[in-house]
Amino acid sequence: MDMSERVKPCEACHGNQGRAGPDGYYPRLAGKPAGYLYNQMENFSQGRRRYTMMRRMMEPLSPEYQREMANHFAGLHVPYAPPSAPAANISSAQMQRGRQLAMEGDASRKLPACTSCHGTQLMGYTSHIPSLLGLPAAYLGAQLSAWKQGERSTVAPDCMAEIAKRLSPDDATAVTAWLATQPVPMTVSLAKVTTAPADLRCGSAPDLHKGQP
Amino acid sequence: MNKMPILFSWALKFTFGCLILATAWVTWDNWGRFSFQFDTPQTEASDTPTPHTLAQGEYLVRISGCMACHTSNGGEPLAGGRRIDTPFGPVFSSNLTPSRTHGIGAWTLADFQTALRWGRSRDGHLLLPAFPYNHTSVFTPTDVQAMFAWLQSTKPVDVARPTHQLTWPVGTQPVIAVWRSLYFSPTPFKSNEQQSDVWNRGAYLVQSAGHCAACHGQRNALGSFPAVDDLSGGFLPSQMWVAPSLLNPTQTTLARSSDKDIAQLLRAGQNTSASVSGPMAEFVQHVGQHLSVADSLAIATYLKSRIEPSNHNAKIHSAALASSTPAAQTIYANHCATCHGDNGEGKAGRYPSLAGNPAVVLAQPDNLIQMALYGGYGPSTHDRPRPYGMPPYLFTLNNQQIADVLNHIRSQWGNQAPAISPVQVDRARAAAY
Repeated sequence: MDMSERVKPCEACHGNQGRAGPDGYYPRLAGKPAGYLYNQMENFSQGRRRYTMMRRMMEPLSPEYQREMANHFAGLHVPYAPPSAPAANISSAQMQRGRQLAMEGDASRKLPACTSCHGTQLMGYTSHIPSLLGLPAAYLGAQLSAWKQGERSTVAPDCMAEIAKRLSPDDATAVTAWLATQPVPMTVSLAKVTTAPADLRCGSAPDLHKGQP
Repeated sequence: MNKMPILFSWALKFTFGCLILATAWVTWDNWGRFSFQFDTPQTEASDTPTPHTLAQGEYLVRISGCMACHTSNGGEPLAGGRRIDTPFGPVFSSNLTPSRTHGIGAWTLADFQTALRWGRSRDGHLLLPAFPYNHTSVFTPTDVQAMFAWLQSTKPVDVARPTHQLTWPVGTQPVIAVWRSLYFSPTPFKSNEQQSDVWNRGAYLVQSAGHCAACHGQRNALGSFPAVDDLSGGFLPSQMWVAPSLLNPTQTTLARSSDKDIAQLLRAGQNTSASVSGPMAEFVQHVGQHLSVADSLAIATYLKSRIEPSNHNAKIHSAALASSTPAAQTIYANHCATCHGDNGEGKAGRYPSLAGNPAVVLAQPDNLIQMALYGGYGPSTHDRPRPYGMPPYLFTLNNQQIADVLNHIRSQWGNQAPAISPVQVDRARAAAY
């Protein structure tokens, strides 16, 4: 009860109970893995992700309090909005390509499938890797280009930055368009991923490569 | 007939002479004096500092803000590189770790004393006044020695300082030299025998470690150093926050707070009648919460003694006074009343009252506009680890609506203050840092 009052400032942009803001640029916080949310708070306050508002909000807070807020949002299970309808300017060939990138990857371009880290359901993996469903295409696209341009990063080695750089603009459009139109599954398991890519390591998700050199 | 040329040549000679004298003075003032060892350190470093000295040194480095300013966000402690925005461009703090290549590992105590007393580096170059050496010149030799001993005991980090990005010619040695001759001379602490030990401790901390005047003192357009005990109020142009006068009893809650309450505000970031935000929240986060109880009480004693009761009461505002509208009342009811109360009474320990709050009725409204636009949390401190926060209204309300609702709270419940215009809100939006 008390935490929900303490996180009131977050809801101004991220929506009631962190279920996402109205315009697509303020993502859902509810139900995201706690480790991922905490990493983002640190990334904003330490300049690895650049957004003045988030920096100003997070900088005064202790890591313990930030973690408590992350746990709070991670534990909220509020309904998702229905997925967006496919955008009119996206062809079925593009949607096909998007599905292929998300579920199978493209070995010729050294692109692992999204499922290899973000879970077989694309709903995230353990406590550091977020879901990719239930997010608007505009938000997903903005994140990919921010990664490409170094506006968004995380602790090294930054696997997602590397993947964003390998992704062509056309492929980025295709994969975000496909992801944004997928329904969020009714039951979610955060325990399964397909094989994590062998040539990449993720500083933000140390549990991903457990047991691998 | 020859009068004009004669006059002209006389004026030319005079000007030229003045220039030579001024150059000679600036040269002596900034470099010449160091050729003579008249300012030799009064204390020599002992070989092994005592644990007490080290503890004292660490405490001083923390409560002086050295640690805060010389640590970049997410970087190694004291390794420098923190960006500091000034009206003349961004500068970066230096590495204070005992790295021999990039820090102060090769420095002697005398080098360190010269830097703190004279703002002059080991190699003789003049330090930028973003380093408040007017305040560090106040430190006693014993305190300087303790800080040096502790800094030398920390982990060396071999990382170079990023290059400053000042607008030429600001930051060049001749410009710093002239600036220093105009605005800087060391001011070692002089205790006041008429006052108690506690008062003197407070005065010493405010003028040295606290460097309160750096924000709460007045600077001119060239960014002059205020006097180390100037608490008459200032403005932080890069952040667009007002540092209220600590002398004027209408600008802060100092006059109506007990010493204990003031000490609590400094250490916890909040007391029964006030809470800190903006740059003062940064101060509490990095410095204030590390103050000992005794030191925070000493500062309170000194600050209370500086209040000037009579001078400010009858100040008449020349600007039009704020007033409310039905639209503003609706905005207040929808967005503000849940936390700040229907009558601006606030919620004790959570949300500040707006009625009778000096920060709400400051004639210069920048802080209020910053809060309405950006909201935010107070600092997490030992005594208040989980502060409540305020939502930002940057996206929810437009400039007119923000001006309206602020004029509402500046005109209700006995509050009276000059009106805020949408243009002022827009200026703060445009200058987002």
